[in-house]
Amino acid sequence: MEKTWNNKAWFMVLPVLVLVAFSAVIPLMTVVNYSVQDTFGNNEFFWAGTDWYVDVLTSDRFWDALTRNLVFSAIILAIEIPLGIIIALNMPKKGLGVPVCLVLMALPLLIPWNVVGTIWQVFGRVDIGLLGHTLEAIGINYNYVQNPIDAWVTLIVMDVWHWTSLVVLLCYAGLVSIPDAYYQAAKIDGASRWSVFRYIQLPKMKRVLLIAFLLRFMDSFMIYTEPFVVTGGGPGNSTTFLSIDLVKMAIGQFDLGPAAALSIIYFLIILLLSWIFYTVMTTSDAQS
Amino acid sequence: MARIDLEHIRHAYGAKPKSENDYALKEVHHEWNDGGAYALLGPSGCGKTTLLNIISGLINPSEGRILFDGKDVTHLSTQDRNIAQVFQFPVIYDTMTVYDNLAFPLRNRHVPETEVDRRVKEIIEMTGLGGWAGKKAQGLTADQKQKISLGRGLVRSDVSAILFDEPLTVIDPEMKWVLRSQIKRLHKQFGFTMVYVTHDQTEALTFADKVVVMYDGQIVQIGTPAELFERPRHTFVGYFIGSPGMNVLPAKIDGSTATVGGESIALNFRPEIKSGAKTELGIRPEFVAIGREGMPVTITKVEDIGRHKIVRARFADQPISIILDEDGEIPAEPRIAFDQKAINIYADSWRVGGEA
Repeated sequence: MEKTWNNKAWFMVLPVLVLVAFSAVIPLMTVVNYSVQDTFGNNEFFWAGTDWYVDVLTSDRFWDALTRNLVFSAIILAIEIPLGIIIALNMPKKGLGVPVCLVLMALPLLIPWNVVGTIWQVFGRVDIGLLGHTLEAIGINYNYVQNPIDAWVTLIVMDVWHWTSLVVLLCYAGLVSIPDAYYQAAKIDGASRWSVFRYIQLPKMKRVLLIAFLLRFMDSFMIYTEPFVVTGGGPGNSTTFLSIDLVKMAIGQFDLGPAAALSIIYFLIILLLSWIFYTVMTTSDAQS
Repeated sequence: MARIDLEHIRHAYGAKPKSENDYALKEVHHEWNDGGAYALLGPSGCGKTTLLNIISGLINPSEGRILFDGKDVTHLSTQDRNIAQVFQFPVIYDTMTVYDNLAFPLRNRHVPETEVDRRVKEIIEMTGLGGWAGKKAQGLTADQKQKISLGRGLVRSDVSAILFDEPLTVIDPEMKWVLRSQIKRLHKQFGFTMVYVTHDQTEALTFADKVVVMYDGQIVQIGTPAELFERPRHTFVGYFIGSPGMNVLPAKIDGSTATVGGESIALNFRPEIKSGAKTELGIRPEFVAIGREGMPVTITKVEDIGRHKIVRARFADQPISIILDEDGEIPAEPRIAFDQKAINIYADSWRVGGEA
């Protein structure tokens, strides 16, 4: 078939190209520019090649923070995805309970990140916080300012509280799209509760779960605000994630070169991992 | 295989039904013979799916009892009733192969794997899904998927009954005939009790030994196709069945004479009618003869549908349909006559008998 070529069409995408250039490409290129140069102020730059990249990649600081990021993402995914599915399965399918549950579920998602951090920061304090004080009163030694494990537990519980709803809402959307006839047929076929989940509900939720998984991975891997507000990266460096380290490096120490190199590496890691997850999950979908 | 008794079944979807109209299904009291083929026929919303789901146990009736072979199953779950049901839209387990789909109902009941294999292979053979056994069910066409649904119903050799809920709705017309005759053949071969819900009269009439016509939540007539055609018990049956449906004309009844408009029509019986009832005369288009003799009509339209012509006319200020042979002629001043044996008289929509 003959295709019509109309070069004027390119003008139609021009506004978007300009917008994307200003919002993404130009800042990214600035970062690339910084990452291969060195400066001592006065707007004088010297060519540094790949020095900063080598520096970052050979530093313990980077690998420690990366490990913390990976462990954090793995833990919250391992909790939020199954928990989200379980809650979605138990949500009411009709009646007054539906809007009530949906609003309750959506509430945490409506709260800004830094407010979530502040809420938990206060909530967990031993002197005035409800959680911290209660734990203290029943004899559990809890102090997220001094104890790294307590700090981690606080961050994880906070993230689960904040974001499980997203998984629930996505799964719920998948579940309500299943026609009643499927459940009726399953009853007639004598399927167990587990079989219904395994062969009807899970396959129908697969697509939304992929989205939930990717969103939660990318978001948790980039986590910044909450640990910044609650722990500030401490105690010690125990909750210093890549993002926090990056800000320390760029704004605290004003090491623009290494910070730019770290940014690029960080960006590439997220891009790569997301691409791997997406490819693995969609190809397994195509095979079935 | 089982005989199914429905004892005074009523069902309302609301919690506390107050009047008769709150019932989606008005009282049904009927016995379905073992090995019979029944069609539940009626327009959308007449309660036929409700009745089917009550038999399968997906709905618990508000009132009444259901017995399978004399055993009360009213409070048994769907699994324990041992019935199979095929739904309007194909239900398949996407992630399983065709083979596993068919084996699913058996494996859930812990049937030994050798027996599963034998049964499934038999069904695959029967439904003509031979080349597809190892394929994932996801990529199949609608009629192949419906064959799988059907196969899952047939795979259990011990089912009490198989219920079909408009199973051929999504199937292409050509394929419909093939599947319909397949189901019919299987029914003859295995002799299961079969209940088939449809709103398509051709499907119901070609399929079933007995057709159950439902209207507005109640069963208006149960009969063989011939009975439904010749002696519709209710005016609804008259115009729902037949193409075009029965002509129902308001009539005054006096002894053994019916008067429609200004025309008197002699009856071969004397209907017994309570005073005050709304009386009507029903005559099928097939039994109206057009010619030079009889009562005058005005022709409004003639539809030639190939095998015969349908004449639309006005008689005594009422629309009337007449079926005329393909080579039949309409005279210049047409008149019509009714076949006396084919006249039915209705009082408040229900057919009345009488002495000859």
